[in-house]
Amino acid sequence: MKSVPITELAHVIRSKNSGPFELTFDMIFKDDQSFDLAVKSGVFTPQLFAELYKIPVEKVLGVIEYPPARAIKATIARIRPAGSLGETDVYGAQQHAPLLTIKVPVE
Amino acid sequence: MNKLTVLSPTAILGYGFPKQSFLEGLTHNPDVIGVDAGSVDPGPYYLGAGVSFTDRAAVKRDLALILPEALKRKIPLMIGTAGGSGASVHLAWNREIIEEIAAEQNLSFKMAVIPADIDKDYLLANLDKTTPLGPLPALTAKDVQDSTHIVAQMGWEPYREALDQGADVVLGGRTYDPAVFAALALKLGFPSGPALHMGKILECAAIAAEPGSGRDCMVGILDEEGFTLFPTNPERRCTVKSVAAHSLYEKSNPWLLPGPGGALDLRNTRYQQVDERTVRVTGSVFVKNDYAIKLEGSRLIGYRTLAIAGVRDPIFISQLQQVLDQVRAAVKDNFEGSANYSLEFKVYGLNGVMGDLEPTPVPGHEVGIIIDAVASTQEKANTICSFCRSTLLHYGYEGRIATAGNLALPYSPSDVPAGAVYEYCIHHLLPSEPNFFKPEFVEVGKR
Repeated sequence: MKSVPITELAHVIRSKNSGPFELTFDMIFKDDQSFDLAVKSGVFTPQLFAELYKIPVEKVLGVIEYPPARAIKATIARIRPAGSLGETDVYGAQQHAPLLTIKVPVE
Repeated sequence: MNKLTVLSPTAILGYGFPKQSFLEGLTHNPDVIGVDAGSVDPGPYYLGAGVSFTDRAAVKRDLALILPEALKRKIPLMIGTAGGSGASVHLAWNREIIEEIAAEQNLSFKMAVIPADIDKDYLLANLDKTTPLGPLPALTAKDVQDSTHIVAQMGWEPYREALDQGADVVLGGRTYDPAVFAALALKLGFPSGPALHMGKILECAAIAAEPGSGRDCMVGILDEEGFTLFPTNPERRCTVKSVAAHSLYEKSNPWLLPGPGGALDLRNTRYQQVDERTVRVTGSVFVKNDYAIKLEGSRLIGYRTLAIAGVRDPIFISQLQQVLDQVRAAVKDNFEGSANYSLEFKVYGLNGVMGDLEPTPVPGHEVGIIIDAVASTQEKANTICSFCRSTLLHYGYEGRIATAGNLALPYSPSDVPAGAVYEYCIHHLLPSEPNFFKPEFVEVGKR
């Protein structure tokens, strides 16, 4: 099956805390066609984010499609509360790199 | 009144705004000026230590411009989450800045101050009513006792009470972000869905514009059906996408945004481009539920000392992990039993940014190491960091040929005592009622 790198479809790919105990990822797509392609591909599942971050699937708290902004959002439990011992990224703003490797299957 | 105009000068008090943007905002004759002054994002230290994450001079600069204009035009000025975290110590810090400006500019006005602190005994007596907000354990008595400051997010209701009693300036402790923008509208009977949704966007000022900025102004005009939004700086514009995308930011679910007393339901919200720079939003609904407030608290866990070092030697880098493990063991051997400490290495160029989540832990041709020691006192943290640094500097690893020293230390002194370390331990909901928090009134600048 052919696939397209997510970086060709999305113009915003980011991570950020959603409160001190959750980390949320936003992928905002360039146009309606790219968003539809992403949604219909069925690739954006809790399993995908569990694999990308090597975490149990229960730690993926939700994957949500949001057409008003042509966005797909996923939220995971933070591995530690923001700012606790062992923290590497208090704001959670640089945890998005694994998302850049997503390939979206196309017909 | 069938329209209400709200001006938001900046995303966080102290983040600034171009003066021209603010003056342009005033030409729209705002009925209220709202400013959010806080966030939990900067981490647990600021609430725990009672320190603002914003700079005093920067906060004063913003307020010195906003305050006289608001008073001159009789526009209520509403400030939420004073001092960054909104405990009474932060409130006092912000109040002092306001009083200083009033004295310097010869201003006099009625100010409401609304503390958001939660009494520990009250919370201990109501412990079993709390629920965790997110993936964390149930609240314990120890969490409550250990927290240095405990606050809860107030809703718009205490701000309404302050306005009812004629406050010109309202300075609130920890506050639900939209409250300062929505309180006057809700007092006047505007529908709560659009009023709170508009507040949710305005609290970030021009972040919801294109190009987005936290240090520029945004205007919202509320009516009976919805609201329109535009940035006051002509170099920015609101687009349907920039405004719709804002409800994704720092939130887990863009359709349903919970707050005190209910949730904003955006499932039937419509966004419409009115002109090149203006967006209209309709259809947002506020769904009431049992009133609850969000509690926040953090506790002291020790004191940190850190040292920053670089490594360029390829032989060292090829056995990086073993060397660090061996040095860690040497520290333990030297201090086991005499000090309770945490020691970690953040290795930039390997996994310094993502830690255990890093999918590609492969070192580069050079790496940066932060030696990060936390112990029960600053002196003990200094000792662990110092011993670790000197051991690592001269450690004789396998195959070593650069025998003069293993680290490039950029600074003298090499070790930096970084002070107190806190962690979040309270992020829970407590059933409450809308007027739990009470405004106190002060006359500023009058004798």
